[in-house]
Amino acid sequence: MYKILSKRDLTDITKLFVVDAPFVARKAEPGQFVIVRVREEGERVPLTIADFDRGKGTVTVVIQEVGLTSKLINQLKPGDSFQDFVGPLGKPCPIEESGTVVLAGGGFGVAPVYPIAKKMKAEGKVHIVSIIGARTKDLLILEPEMRSVSDELIIITDDGSYGRKAFPTDIIKEMREKGTKIDRVIAIGPMVMMRAVANLTKTLGLPTYVSADPIMVDGTGMCGACRLTVGGKVKFACVDGPILDGHQVDFEEAIRRGKMYATEQKTALDHHHECQCGGGH
Amino acid sequence: MPPIKPRHAMPSQDPEQRRRNFEEVATGYLEPLALGESSRCLTCPKPGCYTGCPVNVNIKDFVALVKEGKYLDAYKKIKETNSLPAVCGRVCPQEEQCEKFCLIGKRNEPVAVGRLERFVADWAMEHGVEPEKPAPNGHKVAVVGSGPAGLTCAGDLAMKGYKVTVFEALHKAGGVLIYGIPEFRLPKRIVAAEVKNLEKLGVEIITNVVVGKSVTLDDLFADGYEAIFVGTGAGLPKFMGVPGETLNGVFSANEYLTRTNLMKAYLFPEYDTPIKHGKKVAVVGAGNVAMDCVRSALRHGADDAFVVYRRTEHEMTARKEEFEHAIEEGVVFHWLTNPVRVIGDENGWVKGLECVKMELGEPDESGRRRPVEVKGSNFVMDCDMVVVALGTSPNPLLSQTTPGLKTEKWGGLIVEEETNATTREGVYAGGDAVTGSATVILAMGAGKKAAKAIDEYIQKKSK
Ligand SMILES: Cc1cc2nc3c(=O)[nH]c(=O)nc-3n(C[C@H](O)[C@H](O)[C@H](O)COP(=O)(O)OP(=O)(O)OC[C@H]3O[C@@H](n4cnc5c(N)ncnc54)[C@H](O)[C@@H]3O)c2cc1C
Ligand code: FES
Repeated sequence: MYKILSKRDLTDITKLFVVDAPFVARKAEPGQFVIVRVREEGERVPLTIADFDRGKGTVTVVIQEVGLTSKLINQLKPGDSFQDFVGPLGKPCPIEESGTVVLAGGGFGVAPVYPIAKKMKAEGKVHIVSIIGARTKDLLILEPEMRSVSDELIIITDDGSYGRKAFPTDIIKEMREKGTKIDRVIAIGPMVMMRAVANLTKTLGLPTYVSADPIMVDGTGMCGACRLTVGGKVKFACVDGPILDGHQVDFEEAIRRGKMYATEQKTALDHHHECQCGGGH
Repeated sequence: MPPIKPRHAMPSQDPEQRRRNFEEVATGYLEPLALGESSRCLTCPKPGCYTGCPVNVNIKDFVALVKEGKYLDAYKKIKETNSLPAVCGRVCPQEEQCEKFCLIGKRNEPVAVGRLERFVADWAMEHGVEPEKPAPNGHKVAVVGSGPAGLTCAGDLAMKGYKVTVFEALHKAGGVLIYGIPEFRLPKRIVAAEVKNLEKLGVEIITNVVVGKSVTLDDLFADGYEAIFVGTGAGLPKFMGVPGETLNGVFSANEYLTRTNLMKAYLFPEYDTPIKHGKKVAVVGAGNVAMDCVRSALRHGADDAFVVYRRTEHEMTARKEEFEHAIEEGVVFHWLTNPVRVIGDENGWVKGLECVKMELGEPDESGRRRPVEVKGSNFVMDCDMVVVALGTSPNPLLSQTTPGLKTEKWGGLIVEEETNATTREGVYAGGDAVTGSATVILAMGAGKKAAKAIDEYIQKKSK
C-alpha cells in the first residue's frame, strides 16, 4: 500500500497528493507517469508525476475529478493509501540545453509542467517563459510554484477573470510578433488546447512537445490501449511517450479514442451514486 | 489383455448455459471417475507418457497412487517435478505431450493424464496440503516476472533454501495465468492458491515493480541479489498493420483479456474497469489466445462471435479441447480468410472487416502450407468489434535498459541451451521471454532448468 502523506485542495475539483512511494521516487523524471489503483475493484489509471523527492521517497500527483476513479481518489485523505502505485513509466521529457523555452500548461496540465520547469531551472541553461492558464480564476493551480521556477510567468484565463483573457496561442503569437526567439514549446493540457498550440507552432516552425494522456491499462506496452498515430505510425503512448512531437500527433484520432468509454464512465458513476444512496444493494 | 474401458468424459457445464457465464467450463472429475480413469492405465514398465512431459512428471507412479486412492502421495509425486499441477492439469496441451505417447492411445483414447493431474491437485488444495519450508541457505536470488517461468524458478530455488524475491510489474502475480487465460478455463483462485503456496515456502513477491523502470538489474545486484532470473514473458502485442486499426472498437487480445481477467470487467460496474460489449465480434487468429477472446466475447453478450484465420483448421495452434469447446458454444470459424482493412462508421467506430479469401500454397519455414491471397476475392464481414490475436513478442523494456543483455532481432533473449544463462553474468532467463509465445509447461521447464543452473552458479562462486 502506498500511503498518502499530505493532501492539498488546489481547486474544488483538483487535489494534490504527496504519496510515499520510494521505488517510484528513486527513478522518477519529469514527463513520466505512474499507474494507480484506488481500491481492490479499481481500474488502473495513469497520473502524470507532478513532483518527487528522492530523499524523502515521495511522489506528488494532481488529480482533477472527471469520472468515478478520479472522484474516488479525491475522496482519499492523508493517512489513506493507494492500493497500487507503479512507476515511473514512459520516457522522461528531454530537457533543453540552451535558448528560450515556452512552457504552456492548461487546467490541471500545469501540474506535469511544473517538474519540467523545475528541472530546467535547476540546470539553469535556458530562459523559461511559462504560460499557465485555466477556464476561470478558481481553476488556476500552482501559481506560486510555477513563479518560483520560471523566468517569466504569464497567467491567462478563458474568461478573463484572472490574468489576461487569452489563449496560449495568442501569447505565443505575440511573443513571435515582438521578435522573441523561441527554441522549444512544451504544451500540456486538454487535448484541444495541445492541438491548438501544435497547429500554430507547426506554421511557425517551432519544435513542440505535447504530453498525450490516452486511455491506458497496464502502462508498460502490453495492451495497446494507449496507441495513437504519430507521424503516420502507430505508437504506444505509455512506452514511446507520453511526451511526443506535437506536430506529428493525430489529435483527431486521439480525441476520438479518448471518448471510447464515455457511456461506461457514466454508468460507473450512476452505479456508485446508487450504492452510496442505498438504492443499489 | 482385458478390453480397455472407454476414456471417462470430463464433466462440463452445458454449452448453452456456459456460453453466457464466466464459471469454469470443465467441472473436474469426482473421485469415482478419477478411480475409473486411473484404472485404465496399464502401468507400462517403460512408459512413453513421461518422455512427452516437458518437466518429466512421473506419470506412471502418480496414476498408480490414484488407483490406490493415495491422493496425498500422488500429489507429492507430481510436486517432485511440477510446481503448478492445478494449472497444468487445466491448460497443458496434453494431446501433444504425455497423452500422445500413451500406449493405450495407439488403439483407443489415451489415459486422461491431465484430468487426473487436475483431480489430484484440486484434492490437495481442498485438503489444505501445506508445503514444508526448507532451512535457509543464506543466499539471495531475484526473479523478474511472476508468470509460470518465474514462479517455477522461484519455487525450485526456495525449496533449496534460497531467499527468493519475485518482482512483478502488474498488481497481481501469475503472468498470463492471471491476466490472459480466462476464469472459465483457469479460475483465478487456483492461480492465487499456487502463488500462496510459494509464499508459504518463503518466496517474497513484490508487485508494482517494473524492472528496467522502477529498478534496474544493476540495482538488484547492488542490493545483494547474487543471481537474477528473467521471466518477463512475451507481452508485446502484434497488430495486423492494416488501415483502420486505430478505430474505436479494435482491441489487441491482450487488452481485451486483461480487462476481462485481471481487471474483472465482466463484473462491471461492481468492478470499475469497463469493457466494450460487441454484438458481432470478429477475432483474428486461431491460437489459444484467439479461442479465449472469442469465447469471452460470447460471455460478454455477443450475438455472433467468429474467428477469422488465414489458414485452415489443420494449421491452427489452439488446443484441441478449446477448439471443440468453442464450436459447442456456437463460435463460427472462417478459414482461409485474411483481413485487409477495418471499416469505420462516421464516428470512427468499427462497422466491418474487409477480408480476402486465401488458398494454401507451398509449405513455409514452419512446415505449414503458406496461405496465398486469391486476387479480387475481397468481401466485407459485418462486425462492431475486432479483436486482434496474432501473437505477441517479448517486451523490449528490460533488455533496452540492461547493458550486456543481448536479444535476437525479434526480441527474444539469447540464452545458453544447457543452463539458460543470458549474455550477462549471473542473469538467467526462460519462458516466453526467450522463446516467444509458447506454453505454460515449456515456460515452467525453462524456469526449472534455470533454477538448477543458478544453484550451481552460486554454489560454485561461494566456494
Ligand atoms: C490468452 C492466452 C491463453 C493461453 N493459453 C495457453 C494454454 O491453454 N496452454 C498453455 O500451455 N499455454 C497457453 N498460453 C501460453 C502461456 O500462457 C505462456 O506461454 C506462459 O504463460 C509463458 O510464461 P512466462 O512465465 O514465460 O511469461 P508470462 O506468463 O507472460 O509472465 C511474465 C510476467 O512478467 C511480468 N513482467 C514483464 N516485464 C516485466 C518487468 N520489466 N518487470 C517486472 N515484471 C515484468 C509480466 O507482467 C508477467 O506477469 C496462453 C497465453 C495466452 C496469452
Ligand atoms: S497502456 Fe497498455 S500498452 Fe500502453
